[in-house]
Amino acid sequence: MKQRFSRAQIPWLTTIAVLIVFYAGASIRFREDHFFSWPVFVNLLRDNSFLGLAAIGMTFVILSGGIDLSVGAMIGFTSVLVARLMGQHVPPLIAIAVALAVGTGFGCCLGAVIRFAALPPFLVTLAGMFFVRGLGQVVSLESITIQHGFYDAISDFSLRVFPVTAMLFLAALIVAMYVARYTPFGRAVYAIGGNEQSAMLMGLAVGRTKVGLYALSGFCSALAGVTYTFYTSSGSATAGTMLELDAIAAVVIGGTPLSGGVGNIFGTLIGVLILGVIQTIITFEGTLSSWWTKIAVGVLLLAFILLQRFLQSRTAKR
Amino acid sequence: MNDIPRRLVPAWLRSLLWPLIALAGLLLFNLFFTEGFARLTIRDGHVYGSLVDILKLSSRVMLVSLGMTLVIATAGVDLSVGAVVAIAGSVAAKLIVEHQASLPLALAATLGLCSALGAWNGVLVAWIGVQPIVATLILMVAGRGIAQLLTDGQIITVDNPGFSFIAGGHFLGLPSPVTIVAVMLMITVLLTRGTAMGLFIESVGNNETASRFAGVNARAVKLFVYTFTGLCAGMAGLIEASDINAADANNAGPNIELDAILAVVIGGTSLNGGRFNLPGSLVGALIIQTLTTAIKMRGVPVEYTLVVKAVVVLAVCLLQSEELRQRLWQRRASA
Repeated sequence: MKQRFSRAQIPWLTTIAVLIVFYAGASIRFREDHFFSWPVFVNLLRDNSFLGLAAIGMTFVILSGGIDLSVGAMIGFTSVLVARLMGQHVPPLIAIAVALAVGTGFGCCLGAVIRFAALPPFLVTLAGMFFVRGLGQVVSLESITIQHGFYDAISDFSLRVFPVTAMLFLAALIVAMYVARYTPFGRAVYAIGGNEQSAMLMGLAVGRTKVGLYALSGFCSALAGVTYTFYTSSGSATAGTMLELDAIAAVVIGGTPLSGGVGNIFGTLIGVLILGVIQTIITFEGTLSSWWTKIAVGVLLLAFILLQRFLQSRTAKR
Repeated sequence: MNDIPRRLVPAWLRSLLWPLIALAGLLLFNLFFTEGFARLTIRDGHVYGSLVDILKLSSRVMLVSLGMTLVIATAGVDLSVGAVVAIAGSVAAKLIVEHQASLPLALAATLGLCSALGAWNGVLVAWIGVQPIVATLILMVAGRGIAQLLTDGQIITVDNPGFSFIAGGHFLGLPSPVTIVAVMLMITVLLTRGTAMGLFIESVGNNETASRFAGVNARAVKLFVYTFTGLCAGMAGLIEASDINAADANNAGPNIELDAILAVVIGGTSLNGGRFNLPGSLVGALIIQTLTTAIKMRGVPVEYTLVVKAVVVLAVCLLQSEELRQRLWQRRASA
């Protein structure tokens, strides 16, 4: 029993080891540039906060054995929606609330289609991705700059104290860890990912949980879109293009296999940080071009998937 | 009521019926209500017009959807085709421009490499046992990076009349991409329906364990379908690069995996595997392109294209959902 417990921990213990190796390696390599310093770490959190927020929602969906391809498009749509509404002199908090509500509502619709039509999640969210990306273009084809006292105050606070975007990410992370571990909803998500049939027979509200899951993912990516507006003081329909891939990669590298049922939110934080560290290393290196990020992420993804497969087959043989 | 189409329509056409009706409806609507849609002109022995444009523009998605149909029939999916399209263009352009390779050699090398990339997906899925979405996600993420690495992030311009002919030439009055699609369709149909391959693919998609016990080499079948998809994506990449006489690793094949999957689904191939319909997928690709062209020609602002496309696609998927039909049926019966 004890053995099996430690075996289940291997993927995300490896993830932490990889993060430490990367971070330590970069700290030694770039010690003259002060890589190992508080500002660089804060920037790491700030630059990856919207990816992180989207990845939190994605973790829940993947834990249940589903997938949500609409998150990147949702970031673009909500960011441009907030910017457009504020351009029409809507107060910032109301604009943000509208964006969050629209995101949650849309996720809810996707969840309902997945539940009632029994179509594969990747297909429904694929169509959803087209739709939301299109809606963003309908709101505005151009990127819109936000000029408002509220945003000035936020960026001022971010500069002087601590980035607001990073705070939102960390707060969402704590809430998500609580929800996943200590609420009936969280337990139902794990149960569905483990075996949907069994979860149904156990009397869990499988249908309701599924709709809730995609609503949650919609909310998280809408929040990520709002965070994007804080980060860039603008909204753009093309924001978050292909971000769903990074989010999925972060979740998988964080030790949650796409088959669902196993994994945790903390692992996703590590996954996001690993992607961020790779990006930062490439920026620090200066001579490496941005496409090396994609190749490095692909190689890491391969390594983790092979590791998970290897562990699975070992467990199956026992 | 369900019997009428069944009696009137020959068996081979039956599965194609709904996609064809949808396409015919779209075409008829546009013939009557979209100005200039039906106009065909013949210049220098070549046919021009929006109908021909639709055929030409959809050729890339049609090619990719041929391979994708077979992959989906084995209950898999290939997300990496867009990345392979980008790699194909980059490799061909690099070979021709920087290494002065002869055209046939460059094309053969490119297609060989793309087949190898497809085979890599196949090995991951069949031998390592990774789920198809994840296995092909790796190449989807890394592949575009590799293409950008090859071209150094630059657009490589190709000045080669033979290369331009792939997309710009004409064959029997029709654009050559259309001919390529027709030939590939014929080869694929012969390969799957003329031999037992199609049966093997369907049996693996239906029940892999059972087909393995029945003596079907499931791994080889999967390796074949992913390799074939790589080849198809490579051809699509060559057409794309030839069309603009350049390789653009950053923007080649955008969303082509999505369009191809949608074409396959619209064409009546079940995402659960076990059944496939090659002509249906081509009709699906034509429906998507007709829709896009019609939206453009009717003067609908370009920003609405994606929304309309998404709504149509979702509607088609919902129509095909057995579960939803049953639910609605039950509700009506109980009311």
